[in-house]
Amino acid sequence: MASEAAVPAFLDYAIHASLVVAALLTLACSYRVIQGPTVPDRVVALDTIGTNVVAIGVLFALATGRGLFVLIGLVLAIVGFVSTVTVAKYVIEGDIIQ
Amino acid sequence: MNTLTAAVVTALLVVGSVFLTIGTLGLLRLPDVYNRMHATSKATTLGAASIFLAGFVYFGPSGEGLTSLVGIVFLFLTTPTGAHMISRSAQKMGVEFFGNADWPEDDD
Repeated sequence: MASEAAVPAFLDYAIHASLVVAALLTLACSYRVIQGPTVPDRVVALDTIGTNVVAIGVLFALATGRGLFVLIGLVLAIVGFVSTVTVAKYVIEGDIIQ
Repeated sequence: MNTLTAAVVTALLVVGSVFLTIGTLGLLRLPDVYNRMHATSKATTLGAASIFLAGFVYFGPSGEGLTSLVGIVFLFLTTPTGAHMISRSAQKMGVEFFGNADWPEDDD
């Protein structure tokens, strides 16, 4: 297991730069959630936010050396998929479970 | 952790960040919900899969690295499915194409 002290400096810099980039992209997606002309635009933007948050989870696992956050990213991916399918069915049919 | 592994992880992180940026710019800039879905469902999935692959290289082939591989398989299976369902619901809601494109004739 890679300990935190043995990580080279350029990898540490790359991980933190990727975290900043992913956080800014997640913030930028909220423009389409608020401003999007139709409901599917908002759903697509929320799906993109979910994928970005999965990437943030894995990057946090790399930054802190705690591998548990990879599993948290996977669970967030599952939740994002289920919510996308649920909203798609709700928009078409008006109810989800009948 | 040796320098070669760190270089591979750094390259995968750079590739993943670039793909995430391309996908989000496509979400913000393209004119149509179908075009935006095209941008996000391909580029953002590739970016997140590249970052998962960086996690696999970092944590090694057992434990959390194996979880990263499962995450890659899950993303590649579910993101096209979700995008297809959303585009189908957008068609049923009557969202029009940008420009003069049109749906093909329904056979059923």
